Amino acid sequence: MRLGLVIDLDVCVGCHACAIACKEWNASGTTAPLTDYQPYGAEPSGVWFNRIRSYEVGDYPNNKTINFPMSCMHCEDADCVTVCPTGASYKRAEDGIVLVDQTKCMGCNYCSWACPYGARELDRESGTMKKCTLCIDRIYDTVMPVEERQPACVLTCPAHARMFGDMDDANSAVSVVIRERGGYQLMPELGYNPTNHYLPVRKATPISTDNMGKIGFKDRLKGIANKIVKR
Amino acid sequence: MHPAFSVIFFTVSSGAGFGLFALLVLADLLGMGGGLSTDQKMTAGVVALFLISAGLSSSVFHLANPKNAWRAVTRYRTSWLSREGVFAIAFFPFAIAYLGLTWLSWDDYNWLKVLMGIVAAVIAWITIFSTGMIYACLKTIRQWNSPLVPANYLALGHFLGALLLLAVASSGGVALDGYVTLAIVWLVAAAALKAIYYFWIANPGATSTIKTATGFTRGTVRLLDTGHTHGTFLTQEFGFSIARKFSLILKMFVFIAAFVIPAVLLLTAQASQDGLYLVTVVAILGVVAERWLFFAEARHVVNLYHGAQHT
Repeated sequence: MRLGLVIDLDVCVGCHACAIACKEWNASGTTAPLTDYQPYGAEPSGVWFNRIRSYEVGDYPNNKTINFPMSCMHCEDADCVTVCPTGASYKRAEDGIVLVDQTKCMGCNYCSWACPYGARELDRESGTMKKCTLCIDRIYDTVMPVEERQPACVLTCPAHARMFGDMDDANSAVSVVIRERGGYQLMPELGYNPTNHYLPVRKATPISTDNMGKIGFKDRLKGIANKIVKR
Repeated sequence: MHPAFSVIFFTVSSGAGFGLFALLVLADLLGMGGGLSTDQKMTAGVVALFLISAGLSSSVFHLANPKNAWRAVTRYRTSWLSREGVFAIAFFPFAIAYLGLTWLSWDDYNWLKVLMGIVAAVIAWITIFSTGMIYACLKTIRQWNSPLVPANYLALGHFLGALLLLAVASSGGVALDGYVTLAIVWLVAAAALKAIYYFWIANPGATSTIKTATGFTRGTVRLLDTGHTHGTFLTQEFGFSIARKFSLILKMFVFIAAFVIPAVLLLTAQASQDGLYLVTVVAILGVVAERWLFFAEARHVVNLYHGAQHT
């Protein structure tokens, strides 16, 4: 089993709900607390497992804003695990989830150096590395209804841009959608083989802004009237 | 990359210490310049152990959670950081045995002293190499992901070690020519490797770009919003960058302080003892600047998500 996320970039609206839900759930989860520094101060900062950035792709008028959520990719060949000198960072054999054992981490930052996706953030309060657990304490919780045994980010996404499932199962919803929509991995050249996949933005015909045609007689009259009449 | 002073001090100090110890053993075996006195060997050995211990301690104190530092020796099968720690610790018993036998000067046990010295020297080399590999094994930082990095660490550690050994030898009783030659050989090697490294990182070949990082290959990609109001761990740790002009000035300082001034003083008039101490201090300052630049110039691929177009 190889559990991971598929994120549909065509659908994500950049609302940060996944990040908020993640913070809310994991603030009391296995790696808790997730410290905030100066939450109401001049320079608010803190530990988050999810970060959503926005990019502009293409040039006007063929440009498009793409919201880009990122969390841990739970890589198959995770260097963050092999470089860890204490054994705190580990990858579960049974489902491929990469975790940090908070009782072993010495806060050397080495795993965060090895991670190309910025998935790991040091909690200055506890002195340990924190990262996405794929909500391991939700997805295996037999007390919850089956449909709620999913990561908090997936459950909360109002646009349904996130999917969760087993990449090893060729018939799972995530595997099918990756096949059908051309799901891809980030920075494949580094060879980390990330489990999380992204679905590309669908091609859309841009709405033309030039060659709008001449203004008709009616509109021209309206224009003249608008200049004369003060409203 | 954010240049952390504790890491800079650690790599310079322990590198010089391991270099000094390995060269001390070689000089002792070969009886360079008529052979160092027992006092001189002890001085060099104790200085080396002090530099190594100070460096290792500094590396522990920069940890966010040092109470778990003892676990750092448990993953030597995969982690270069762990290997560095294991070899650094394994070095001490052999080094102390060598120094102890040197101090006792038992002629019957000379073979044991030689054996202990050779093992300590080999472990010292492996340890410096491991320190370099901590950085060189990271695929995320193109400027470090090169065999030039451990080569540079080895050369600079031995260069500082050779200068320290020369400074100790200058206290009298031995012919200095061999020690001066040793220092010059390592100076040339270190300067050449550093020059190659600096030319190489000016254009280190194909790297990850904003397009491979996002998968948006159809058109230009520009960051609109980082999604956070102030710095995060990622921007604090990886966001540091240095202006090209400033890095050029620092590179000139590295070459002048670490290589040109020592070369001139070593090659010209037989430098006085004070002169040799001064050369050593100037060279150490040069290497500290070199190490600061090594971190400051490294560009982590995560910067692609914060607006960089390539690394």
